[in-house]
Amino acid sequence: MIDGRDGDTSVMAGVYGPAEVKVSKEIYDRATLEVLLQPKVGPAGVREQSQEQCVRETCEAALLLSLHPRSSLTLILQVLHDDGSLLSCCLNAACMALMDAGLSMSCLFCGVTCAIGADGDIIADPTAAQEKESRALMTFAIDSTERRVMMSSTKGSFSVQELQECVAVSQKASEKVFQFYRDSVRRRYSKNL
Amino acid sequence: CDIDILKEKIGEVLLPGDEFVFESEDTIFLTDNVKPERPVCGPGLRQSGNRLVVSKSGVLRHKPPHTFWMDSQQWRYVPAKAETVIGIVTSKSGDIFKVDVGGSEQASLSYLAFEGATKRNRPNVQVGDLVFAQFTVANKDMEPELVCIDGSGRANGMGVFGGGGLLLKVSLGLVRRLLAPQSDIRSDLEQLFPCELVVGMNGRIWVRASTIQQTLIISNLLQSCDTLTAPQRREQFRKLQKGGL
Repeated sequence: MIDGRDGDTSVMAGVYGPAEVKVSKEIYDRATLEVLLQPKVGPAGVREQSQEQCVRETCEAALLLSLHPRSSLTLILQVLHDDGSLLSCCLNAACMALMDAGLSMSCLFCGVTCAIGADGDIIADPTAAQEKESRALMTFAIDSTERRVMMSSTKGSFSVQELQECVAVSQKASEKVFQFYRDSVRRRYSKNL
Repeated sequence: CDIDILKEKIGEVLLPGDEFVFESEDTIFLTDNVKPERPVCGPGLRQSGNRLVVSKSGVLRHKPPHTFWMDSQQWRYVPAKAETVIGIVTSKSGDIFKVDVGGSEQASLSYLAFEGATKRNRPNVQVGDLVFAQFTVANKDMEPELVCIDGSGRANGMGVFGGGGLLLKVSLGLVRRLLAPQSDIRSDLEQLFPCELVVGMNGRIWVRASTIQQTLIISNLLQSCDTLTAPQRREQFRKLQKGGL
């Protein structure tokens, strides 16, 4: 179980697998990845389903699914507190959980959210209040090997130049997240070294 | 030399995506006696051409001359050939037993794969029994197959067991540490009280000591070894030896 924190936003992630899969869902040459996002209050709706799809597609690109054909991998994300930048917090928690579970990955990924305020300034990792006042909101998943954008989810109106600036800001912010991953894993293995 | 890049990182924690590039030589001299050293990749490392990529987070380990692998903490077992595991028999259908080994699929165990078993002399295996067996077929594309005999037809410690003991689930790392040739944990355990241990590489350990209380003490100790450092573990063992329960 991994607890991902972004300011006050907090998501707990759990990974199960490789496990048995129903014949209707099995894929002959790779693992079937299922992502379930549970909001803090109420049942999961359409918004959670679209967020699940973003997380699932990012995970499928980073994991080596062909090593476990006809198996299922389940990733469950439970929102503990939502104060903005929820999708990027889910992505970070998902990556750490997959890495901690020992599943083979080709690269790591992290999520960064950018908001463009009414006066055009770019805010990284906005809070819920800042998200509400923004004119555009974007979440990018950045990979660890070449810092490329793996997934993007945007809302609002913005120019092409603003999009490129936000990508650059996200790529810079991703360095800190990857350093945090490295430090966490070092601490985890420091007991048994 | 190229392998030295890897050797510098032995004992360090690496993450998936970390890459090592070997310079490939364009010309190979036929008169040279020295062959370029290629690393042999174990679990957690993948090789493509002259690039070596880490695919699991963990500590890089090395066995001379060229073998490298990632020592990672994992709980879920993935069957691999020639590994000995503890399985639980879940069903008997015709000539085959279905055994749960903790992986994504159940393994099959033929009734003829026991020492001294023939078509007339069937082994006494019931649903729910524990078996200690090894994999003859274990790859990602096929159903895993187990046998309870070795190459020459002898049991060699494998077969049905159980009765009076306790089965526990621990991490795969702990099991590997227990089975290592010079194992600290095993030598510490030997000094406590006499017990019978069956260690399966799928993270399952079966314990039996002379009393139920001692069995429970050992099983609690083994489960806590996952999260204790070596000095903390020795402290626990010392407390128990003095008699504090």
